[in-house]
Amino acid sequence: MIQVRDLTKTFGDVTAVGGITFDVRPGEVFAFLGPNGAGKTTTIQMLTTLLRPTSGSIALNGLDPAARPLDARRRFGIVFQDPSLDHELTAYENMDLHGVLYHVPRKARAERIQALLTLFELWDRRDARVKTFSGGMRRRLEIARAFLHTPKILFLDEPTLGLDPQSRNQLWTQVRHLNETEGTTVFLTTHYMEEAERVAHRLAIIDHGKIVAQGTPDELKKQTGTDSLEGAFLALTGTSIRDESANATDQMRQVVKLWRR
Amino acid sequence: MGVVFALWLREVKRYLRSKPQIFASLGQPLMYLLVLGFGLGPVFAKAGQGDYLRFVAPGVVGMTILFSSIFSGVGLLWDRQFGFLKETLVAPVPRLWVMAGRTLGGATNALMQGTLVLIVCLIAGFRPDGVGGVLLGFLFMALIAVVFAALGTIIGSGLKDMQGFQLTMNFLVMPIFFLSGALYPLTELPTALAVLTRLDPLSYGVDGLRGAFIGQTHFGPAINLAVLGGLAVLFLLLGARAFSRIEA
Repeated sequence: MIQVRDLTKTFGDVTAVGGITFDVRPGEVFAFLGPNGAGKTTTIQMLTTLLRPTSGSIALNGLDPAARPLDARRRFGIVFQDPSLDHELTAYENMDLHGVLYHVPRKARAERIQALLTLFELWDRRDARVKTFSGGMRRRLEIARAFLHTPKILFLDEPTLGLDPQSRNQLWTQVRHLNETEGTTVFLTTHYMEEAERVAHRLAIIDHGKIVAQGTPDELKKQTGTDSLEGAFLALTGTSIRDESANATDQMRQVVKLWRR
Repeated sequence: MGVVFALWLREVKRYLRSKPQIFASLGQPLMYLLVLGFGLGPVFAKAGQGDYLRFVAPGVVGMTILFSSIFSGVGLLWDRQFGFLKETLVAPVPRLWVMAGRTLGGATNALMQGTLVLIVCLIAGFRPDGVGGVLLGFLFMALIAVVFAALGTIIGSGLKDMQGFQLTMNFLVMPIFFLSGALYPLTELPTALAVLTRLDPLSYGVDGLRGAFIGQTHFGPAINLAVLGGLAVLFLLLGARAFSRIEA
């Protein structure tokens, strides 16, 4: 469903992603893990047409997102790391606008909005404005919205950041449910290892822009001789804290962006 | 077209739902209309120029549309900060449609706000010449709204933070307003000021409004229409280009 070969992205002298190769199979839940600044979000942005790769190739369901962005965008849904709802509109209006943007026919749109809002337990609040919603409700609405146009692939960039355990648990149950009933391939990033272990069929660990390991959670544990995914993650990526380097990379990106203007 | 309409509707809904903001943004035009209108009235009359309230009302309407439409474009900055911009940038629709929906929505809101101020002017005692003039006036109001909503989109596409917004206000929007002849006649100005006022798009808008409402015009309706129409097309094209270059 997703084939990535030697994918590279450089910002000036900084290499954010340095030649990664991986495959995601149809219907699979694939987790992409790594410390802050490892290149996860950059990779997602390239997969979702927001950034052009410096080199390497991507095929999403056989399509190159850089060459045919509009066709590629129709086939995936994305939930960004930062919220992307319109707070002045109601839950229903946010869904409906998304349906129009993705060319979902009117009748199918209404039916699917009702089904998804019901599944994510937001139907009763459909006419309330999003600004009155809690963090967990907003997240659920965003994920419901991403499923609206029946995407083949769903990208989730740290969807559970800042949510309480109840919301996280419920959210993954619903994502798993849709993965099974609709066959949607799910590509996710997260910092919570127990979530990745529970939800993902396979995963890849990225550090300093390179993939350091990939396989099923059990394979990674065996490979590193650890008894938890968290242990395996730390064994593969070390225990030093990355905030410093992440900030430096972010600053470089900012500078490069300024120069390009 | 459904996409353009949906995004247009989004802008209009947001405007109609922010009632406190609608009233708040009536404050400034009211100050200009009432304080200047009645305050400068006697001097203006003594100088043989007639009724100042009648003179300044079209200028105040033009000013309202200017502010309201530029802010709608700069509203891109809010969408960037609250994240909704990304939702439209990854949608499988051409950026041009997204830009068109937003910009026309912003222009519609500015037109509504301008109409509201026009009604307030009527209540304050402003009397346009006739129904035909008012209809022509609405054409000019719509043109001003489109020109500056598109200019707002050009600026908003490049803005990253609030500092840029302040800069735009002080060095672009305020000069456009003060150089437009909204508050004073364009006749017998010093050369430097005369040149600057001619470079200001809003001069043609305010002059057009004044011509339509009270039959008093400096450039003539044909020139006003041509300049505003030309700028509307130019700014829409530049706005579409700027918007298509936004990186998420």
